[in-house]
Amino acid sequence: MKAPAFDYIRVATVAEACAALGQHGPDARLLAGGQSLLPAMNLRLASPSVLIDIGRIQGLDGIEVHHDRLRIGALVRHETALRDATIASHVPLLTEALRHVAHPAIRARGTIGGNLAHADPASELPACMVALNAVIEVTSPRGTRRIAAEAFFTGLFQTALQPDEMLATVEIPLPTPAWFFQEIARRSGDYAIVGLAVSGDRLAFFSVADRPVLRQATAALDLDPPGDLQATGPMRRHLAGVLRDRALFALGGRT
Amino acid sequence: MKIVLTVNDETIRTDVEPRLHLGDFLREHLSLTGTHLGCEHGVCGACTVRIDGTLARACLVLTVQADGCRVETIEGLSDSDEIADLQQAFHERNALQCGYCTPGMLIAAQDLLLQDPDPDRNTIREHLSGNYCRCTGYHAIVDAVMTTAKGRRGE
Repeated sequence: MKAPAFDYIRVATVAEACAALGQHGPDARLLAGGQSLLPAMNLRLASPSVLIDIGRIQGLDGIEVHHDRLRIGALVRHETALRDATIASHVPLLTEALRHVAHPAIRARGTIGGNLAHADPASELPACMVALNAVIEVTSPRGTRRIAAEAFFTGLFQTALQPDEMLATVEIPLPTPAWFFQEIARRSGDYAIVGLAVSGDRLAFFSVADRPVLRQATAALDLDPPGDLQATGPMRRHLAGVLRDRALFALGGRT
Repeated sequence: MKIVLTVNDETIRTDVEPRLHLGDFLREHLSLTGTHLGCEHGVCGACTVRIDGTLARACLVLTVQADGCRVETIEGLSDSDEIADLQQAFHERNALQCGYCTPGMLIAAQDLLLQDPDPDRNTIREHLSGNYCRCTGYHAIVDAVMTTAKGRRGE
């Protein structure tokens, strides 16, 4: 299918993006790589009246270590992040997770900021950010707001972003502790049936609820995942337990 | 919206609606029908092209997003002989039947071969995992990519 008609605005700065969001209201959507938004529009699951293209804003594609934090700009593309030596050496969890994000052609265009702002509960990166205790920096005409990843994801495709706010940067505290990442999918590049990102004693499950679910390593696994065409709820719960056991074994047998 | 882009080294000045995706633009406006449209939501890989040298799904790129960009389609890669050996290997190994997935397969395989001159079968399968073939299956396609890689290494 084809996307319904919409107006298209290309902005050059974050300020212009926020101003356009404020002007056009909730019917406007930001367009970065478009690898989640455009399929949703082609399937007519989304029909924004205005697309604000932020893909050419300069200065949002940096990956840098700043004091004890790794900062990743919103417009860094998945493939760039996957090949980045700084990320690989400081946050190997992220490098491993990125291998599982879709396919090369999708990774080449999709952005880290877009992935997080889209807040797909089956996506790898939101869970990684929750496990890593990352901070998501958002910008609006009122300035910059810092939101803990755990509080950023508020529901199915829902985030703490206000209508005129834009996700600008994600910041990961360093050094990162021992990690684990695995997901179970029917085919390489498919969305996970169940996945788990672990950083230290923080276990973040994905594809088990409407947002990433954080559990401590020692806590009971009280998940109640939904069923769908890929797996029933009980099957998901079982697989989540399998991944948790694998993680605890890999990280030193704390069971 | 008025845009300027190059497609297979030809400069195109045009005026398109924002909703027109690049796949439809290539096929309907430029008659470059080698870019196939299968699913139109980024799953099948039949519409794979190169934008500024990197892989992209033409169905998931608005034509207006390609403003100022260098787009290469299967026609471009074919006419320049960049993938002549790969095409020959597909032909010899029967790595296609209906041919619907083939343009996307060739572009994705070439992308891998440019990055990795000596890929193993798993690496090839992983790189082509976003390109669906519904008739030949993948074994012959992987064979053809292996053969091409060997040939390019002079083995």
